[in-house]
Amino acid sequence: AYRTDEGQPWVLPVVKKVEQMIANDNSLNHEYLPILGLPEFRANASRIALGDDSPAIKDKRVGSVQSLGGTGALRIGAEFLRRWYNGNNNTATPVYVSAPSWENHNSVFMDAGFKDIRTYHYWDAAKRGLDLQGLLNDMEKAPEFSIFILHACAHNPTGTDPTPEQWKQIAAVMKRRSLFPFFDSAYQGFASGSLEKDAWAVRYFVSEGFELFCAQSFSKNFGLYNERVGNLTVVGKDADNVQRVLSQMEKIVRTTWSNPPSQGARIVATTLSSPQLFDEWKSNVKTMADRVLLMRSELRSRLEALGTPGTWNHITEQIGMFSFTGLNPKQVEYMVKEKHIYLMASGRINMCGLTTKNLDYVAKSIHEAVTKIQ
Amino acid sequence: SSWWSHVEMGPPDPILGVTEAYKRDTNSKKMNLGVGAYRDDNGKPYVLNCVRKAEAMIASKKMDKEYLPIGGLADFTRASAELALGENSEAFKSGRYVTVQGISGTGSLRIGANFLQRFFKASRDVYLPKPSWGNHTPIFRDAGMQLQAYRYYDPKTCSLDFSGAMDDISKIPEKSIILLHACAHNPTGVDPRQEQWKEMAALVKKRNLLVYFDMAYQGFASGDINRDAWAVRHFIEQGINIVLAQSFAKNMGLYGERVGAFTVICSDADEAKRVESQLKILIRPMYSNPPMNGARIASMILNTPDLRKEWLVEVKGMADRIISMRSQLVSNLKKEGSSHNWQHITDQIGMFCFTGLKPEQVERLIKEFSIYMTKDGRISVAGVTSGNVGYLAHAIHQVTK
Repeated sequence: AYRTDEGQPWVLPVVKKVEQMIANDNSLNHEYLPILGLPEFRANASRIALGDDSPAIKDKRVGSVQSLGGTGALRIGAEFLRRWYNGNNNTATPVYVSAPSWENHNSVFMDAGFKDIRTYHYWDAAKRGLDLQGLLNDMEKAPEFSIFILHACAHNPTGTDPTPEQWKQIAAVMKRRSLFPFFDSAYQGFASGSLEKDAWAVRYFVSEGFELFCAQSFSKNFGLYNERVGNLTVVGKDADNVQRVLSQMEKIVRTTWSNPPSQGARIVATTLSSPQLFDEWKSNVKTMADRVLLMRSELRSRLEALGTPGTWNHITEQIGMFSFTGLNPKQVEYMVKEKHIYLMASGRINMCGLTTKNLDYVAKSIHEAVTKIQ
Repeated sequence: SSWWSHVEMGPPDPILGVTEAYKRDTNSKKMNLGVGAYRDDNGKPYVLNCVRKAEAMIASKKMDKEYLPIGGLADFTRASAELALGENSEAFKSGRYVTVQGISGTGSLRIGANFLQRFFKASRDVYLPKPSWGNHTPIFRDAGMQLQAYRYYDPKTCSLDFSGAMDDISKIPEKSIILLHACAHNPTGVDPRQEQWKEMAALVKKRNLLVYFDMAYQGFASGDINRDAWAVRHFIEQGINIVLAQSFAKNMGLYGERVGAFTVICSDADEAKRVESQLKILIRPMYSNPPMNGARIASMILNTPDLRKEWLVEVKGMADRIISMRSQLVSNLKKEGSSHNWQHITDQIGMFCFTGLKPEQVERLIKEFSIYMTKDGRISVAGVTSGNVGYLAHAIHQVTK
């Protein structure tokens, strides 16, 4: 979760404002939402992902399912795919998850019934970047119709995203081999500070004519973590297909949670549908993104100033909340035990944990770990 | 071509269809008796005062929005368990239970169903009463279980077919799962009397069945939270380690906030810890962790003495209004000159009433009187007001005389 420079959680000012508006609105009550969720939320959420001028939205071939966070959106999408994709109830369709990935991706698809979950090459530990060739090879070799979980931006946990040129190559292979793109978009706006930039990959795939799913989370970019605000955006060939898909998604939702929680969706819908509040939100998002970007650049410059062995440009080249530092497990253990700096054994750090007060200490500690421990 | 060309259009929801048709009707006297939510005597949704107060208190605390634990808000789950089990419950005091926050009743039922599918290897069979809530069947099916039934409702008397139920239950294979509605059976409104519950408890214990209670109306049925939880507490006292799904949609009017809980009564606190760890493993790949807003409101109400007192009064108020509408409907039917026995309307309890009306009669009510209900003759008493109960009685008399 995001932290301020004081190391505190941050409720976005626009969220506070909208919550007050909701509290003061006596016409509102706690009645059930429709099964697929609050209509104004669904339409706005998908619009954010695909863009105001999205041809798919104009063609009315976009559907939305309000879900319990990004996880809920992934799960509804996975359940639907298991029932209806590549045949009926085809649990054998391979599902590819990046190596590494958010560990819950595996569990979501497994619990949805898929029996064959594989990894695709992603992180190149030696060069500390994207293993594009490995990734493309895996796609060439994957059975036709395989499902690929793609991180729309700010890859978790590596922070390493394909460039637009690399996305183009990925899309070309996927199209040729009839692979299904399932995007996980948990950091739109939060990654670069720009909604458009962070949605570039999803929009490119749509423009290339793909049918796809995009699981969106508003946990980070709205700071609404515990309200469980998510959306599954479905892009299909035409309105008729999308309509039938949504009718079947309703059945899946009905046996999972019946209908989604209203508070978080109301906050997001109100914000996104008011030009003023929308601008305010974008500026709050940029505040968060900018702080993370600043911490990245400050950490890198300190490491380079200290002369810490190795190269540290990956700290600023990576994006989003997380960074794969390249520290090995022994070095991580040193950080935790000797320096009381907590990070994952994989060397992943949460950039949000850095503050102007602790930057020096963290940089020095990394320097010690790298020089003392091989 | 599309990946989805072969995807069929899902069948329309029968209950939603009722509301859709109602909305389209221009008759000023129209009534929506399909609604599954409480309405006040003006036919409007009712936000409880204790809920508004709790919301104001929460707002003033300026809390953050950090993720809840996977199992939910601890203050809420503890209070939820205490509400169901009773503060003097040995099971509660000893800690031999685990309660996780669920997405209202549906989500709680589903977590439980998935848990049973994964860990209750003795049987795949879940026995539902005939009839049961329409969503029970697909929930258990999607969780990988199989559905069976035991006799419950007697359409001839519009009441409980107790001997039929006992007969069927006595034949259920050992270690099967039996689902029971704790109170205010949905859709019939027919509940066993306490004497009958005692016999059922003894029988399921003898048959060694796993008991799954669905309690969606505690407090909302009789107006008394302890009375409505009597069956749940009795079974536990008899040494039956039940599992339980609770909803706070109706009794706190928190429908859209999705407040619920799933509880497993265990042998001891250690077992409870192990069960909890497995429940979390089920929840994480479903939605990671539950929504805060409603649970925070419910917790504030249950744990703040003044608010809790106020809540008990308000939930009794809702229950009393429903009970009063039942009795007014019966007295109005008498006034209309109906010679039928309508006693079941006041014998039944909770939001719903199985009127005993036949499909043709229901159709006439819809077409001639703009009174909307589901084809099985079920009405939501919540949709009846002192302003329209006379019209309803008149219409029912017309189609049944």
